[in-house]
Amino acid sequence: MVSKKKKKLTPVQQEYQELAKKREPSKFTFKNLYRAFLVGGLICLLGQAVQQMFIHWWGFEEKAASNPTVGVMIIISVILTSLGVYDKIAQWAGAGTAVPVTGFANAMASAAIEYRREGLVLGLGGSIFKVAGPVIVFGSLAAFCVGIAYIIFDPNIVGG
Amino acid sequence: MLKGHQSWVFENKPSIKSKAAIVGPFEGQGPLADDFDIIHGDMYLGQDSWEKAEKALMEETAKMAVQHAGLTEGQIQFFLAGDLMNQIISSSFSARTLSIPYLGLFGACSTSMESLALASYIVNSGGAKYVLSGTCSHNASVEKQFRYPTEYGSQKPPTAQFTVTGAGAVVLSQDGDGPYVTSATIGRVVDMGISDPFNMGAAMAPAAVDTMEAHFRDLQIEPGYYDLIVTGDLSKVGYQIANDLLKKHNIPIHQTTYSDCGMMIYDYGKQNVQAGASGCGCSAVVTYGHLLNRMQRGELNRILVVATGALLSPLSYQQKESIPCIAHAVSIERQK
Repeated sequence: MVSKKKKKLTPVQQEYQELAKKREPSKFTFKNLYRAFLVGGLICLLGQAVQQMFIHWWGFEEKAASNPTVGVMIIISVILTSLGVYDKIAQWAGAGTAVPVTGFANAMASAAIEYRREGLVLGLGGSIFKVAGPVIVFGSLAAFCVGIAYIIFDPNIVGG
Repeated sequence: MLKGHQSWVFENKPSIKSKAAIVGPFEGQGPLADDFDIIHGDMYLGQDSWEKAEKALMEETAKMAVQHAGLTEGQIQFFLAGDLMNQIISSSFSARTLSIPYLGLFGACSTSMESLALASYIVNSGGAKYVLSGTCSHNASVEKQFRYPTEYGSQKPPTAQFTVTGAGAVVLSQDGDGPYVTSATIGRVVDMGISDPFNMGAAMAPAAVDTMEAHFRDLQIEPGYYDLIVTGDLSKVGYQIANDLLKKHNIPIHQTTYSDCGMMIYDYGKQNVQAGASGCGCSAVVTYGHLLNRMQRGELNRILVVATGALLSPLSYQQKESIPCIAHAVSIERQK
């Protein structure tokens, strides 16, 4: 797509883009990686701590404890989003806050807050998946493909 | 009137009779805070949506400019305004409240000087005694329309710009003690193929330089004629590119001080705004607040404001279109 577009540019446009590129500040890739690793890791550590709490204090099985854990993480993310803090952390942390479940919760909560003004049904209802929608669509598609691959390559099913 | 290819010279010297600049809380923390008439502490301005807040901002600023002129809305012949919202609702809805005959304009962030140029033309040609001209923008309403929900945690690249919450308005009159609007250059749409909406400074810089070049050519003057030349909202990245282009085109910009409104309103050290400021309100509040104040104090005699606009829509960039840009220049002088 990009190379196709580049071809259509006139020589003057190409010359300008080269000039403009030189003035573009670098995107601090290394700093971003380090921050994403740190914050993403901290969020997962917090999740782990919550899960241990459910196991040790309230007697959950390890597998059963993961559901309420995710619930707690979502609630924390929604509260931080509502207080207007989550987007500030995200600017610093980058993918660190976007990848864990808290990022998905933030995507839904922020859209819900924003489009509530346009009404409960068409506003909130119609737009709550505006940011998170693609994740669901392509997540389902990916799950489907993995499912097909599983049927084809799983020796237990194929071999009978 | 018409001078050269695309410029107007206003020989009757329309006078800026009054001005008003009102901003939001974040702009109030910046270095120009003292130049604004009101700094709101609440991004919502007591309204229940961002769009209504923006409209309230425009209304309040327009009313204040009229009041400062010692006039009433009924004495103003025309109201020229624009903003960044779809169908320029903030301007049109404030025109409904003001009930002044209205012309709605869209030139994205260049609307501030587009409206001032047209208002000056109308007053200069005797089409009106008083014309009110203003623009507004609101950070959250723009984020909502052009980008993501305001609280969504996405990381902005260092080339991104922060939309100003603010509105600026002036009343132009046939007579007055100045400062005077002396000339204007209407820009061409320039598209250098940049399609990244998070790098609008780079997209707009060629348009700004094109208009500046046209201005100096049409009026047969050099940059040194002005004490200060400012571009609207190129911010750090675009400003550097504009400097490069001016040098490349052999425009002796070193004769004067060249700056950018998008780099003046925020404190880079304390405020996290990436490359700088943008928005209809940016050039409006910096010019009508800060720069006119400096002219009043006698620090500046002649300034040229080149407001830059990126004419994209949320749909056009999703369809991978590049960003067409425009710039309009207006010169303001203290003496006739």
